[in-house]
Amino acid sequence: MKKRVALLFMTILLTVQFLDVYAVQRFPKPEFESGYVQPETLQPSPRAELLAVMDLVVLVAALAFITWLVLKKRSRMGVFWTSLFSLAYFGFYREGCICSIGAIQNVTLALFDHSYVIPLTVIGFFILPLVFTLFFGRTFCAGVCPFGAMQDLVAFRPQKMGVRLNAVLGLIPYLYLGLAVLYAATGTDFIICRYDPFVGIFRFDASMGMFLFAGILLISGIFIARPYCRFLCPYGVLLNWVSRFSWRHITITPAACIQCRLCENSCPYDAIDMPVTEKNPEERPVTLRKLILISLLVPLFALLGGYTGSQLHENLAGVNGKVQMARTLLDTAALAVQPEPFEITAYKSSGKPASQVYAEATEVLRQFYTGGWILGCFVGLVFGIILARRLIISYNADYTPNKGRCFSCTRCVDYCPVTPLPKEERI
Amino acid sequence: MEESADNPKIDRRKFLVTGIRATLLAGIGGVAVLTARKTLSGQTVWQLDPAKCIQCGRCATNCVLAQSAVRCTHVYAMCGYCDLCGGYFKPETKTLTTGAENQLCPTNAIKRRFVEDPFFEYTIDEPLCIGCGKCVKGCGAFGNGSLQLQVRQNICEHCNECSIARNCPADAFSRVPANKPYLFKGFEQGNTKDKK
Repeated sequence: MKKRVALLFMTILLTVQFLDVYAVQRFPKPEFESGYVQPETLQPSPRAELLAVMDLVVLVAALAFITWLVLKKRSRMGVFWTSLFSLAYFGFYREGCICSIGAIQNVTLALFDHSYVIPLTVIGFFILPLVFTLFFGRTFCAGVCPFGAMQDLVAFRPQKMGVRLNAVLGLIPYLYLGLAVLYAATGTDFIICRYDPFVGIFRFDASMGMFLFAGILLISGIFIARPYCRFLCPYGVLLNWVSRFSWRHITITPAACIQCRLCENSCPYDAIDMPVTEKNPEERPVTLRKLILISLLVPLFALLGGYTGSQLHENLAGVNGKVQMARTLLDTAALAVQPEPFEITAYKSSGKPASQVYAEATEVLRQFYTGGWILGCFVGLVFGIILARRLIISYNADYTPNKGRCFSCTRCVDYCPVTPLPKEERI
Repeated sequence: MEESADNPKIDRRKFLVTGIRATLLAGIGGVAVLTARKTLSGQTVWQLDPAKCIQCGRCATNCVLAQSAVRCTHVYAMCGYCDLCGGYFKPETKTLTTGAENQLCPTNAIKRRFVEDPFFEYTIDEPLCIGCGKCVKGCGAFGNGSLQLQVRQNICEHCNECSIARNCPADAFSRVPANKPYLFKGFEQGNTKDKK
């Protein structure tokens, strides 16, 4: 009986010991006799949450102000000074984080990963510019986005790029957006933040490569106005879509266009649609052939893209940490390397069975297979539609800003000689 | 309005555009609602879990800041105030003096001060610390583990994605609530002073 009680007691003691495994102190805490007061471990707080709310307030205020400047005042100087403010606040003061472009990834991750908690400010930075654009066009790009503001400042000698080059380079943002969403949805990486060229400038601190990238963008930006915005920015894709259906949009002329052609070369971003007035309806067989071609080609491109994407899924998944871990474990040569890689050390100390690592990697690969199909289809579809757009002639009476591509910078407005209508006659 | 009555084509286009606009607005609103449903807990910040940390040294080199925001933090409540401190001295040290040749820390960021026989107090000179984790490894191997690497939230840039987290081999980084931004190992236990 006594033995039993003793055994039970020992078991309880042992259990308590195991529970307390972290608190095992090899050396007991000393009892000081000299009146030594133990200093407290300092735990400095992060930036106050109230300031995050202030960021949102500044964002809304800046959006509202610049929209008023663009649509009502039609003032280039006003837009210029607002963009300087945005560059100072969202760029150099807030150091470019959080930004609307990067917020795409947080929103995607929040939609796919239920354990990820997205802060309210991030949702605000993603949603608010989209809503403003849906109502007033891309005024966010004009001078609230610090990236746009910075590139706008250096666009000294903008050159015409030509329709074809614009269309081809314009495909990159779609691919970038697709990849960013794929990598965010699978919880692999935030590539937009990782390859963000300007954040290093805002922080005066970045790797050599990123500084080079930013330098190339800014120097080429002297001749190719806003290279990031036009040929890289994934958020610009979303804004482009939304802006096409905007309720109001900046117009070049305050009243009726007199076809004076003064604004023709004013846009540094090739975003002015030239008038196409001659309406010679094409022959019926021609339009029919075009219709058949489009309705065959577009799905074909989508399928081709999807197939390519799905075939590439192992390459795409290669940067995922779980997949890399599984590959390292499978590679016996890597396991024999001395000194042992940190990944292996960490894996051994975590006590995770190899089967679990493989199962997780298989699951990620499966996600990338589906994601590869979707990404490929998307890029193929966009490619097809851009080609199809070249076949369709759209008529356009006056010089108008292209609602999708226009950044609402209001440069063209200053070139228009038409005087505004008196107030009561305005629409 | 009169003009559009004469030209039904414009009306149709207008109708379509308005419809798409409404759909887009609903879509944006939908995304906002879907994501906002689980945002009640407010801001999050990056922090590393010392229980998972293997002191590989990548914190020192992978931060976007030239001098990493990860620094060594001394949890005094866990410290044994040892004379032969595994976090301060190189393992083969013969004489326990503050000579540079004896110190484990590459930047002389740990200050050793005599308290009373045989106890010594160790303080981290945070501006000098580079977050390499050498002392953390030493303290964990030979001592109580009172030296721990932590993201110092006053230095951290709060990047959208932490570039150290991306390169951490032990997956020790996670987003934690901003109102509880530190994860000390064994701190609570060590804090209860009357515990015997």
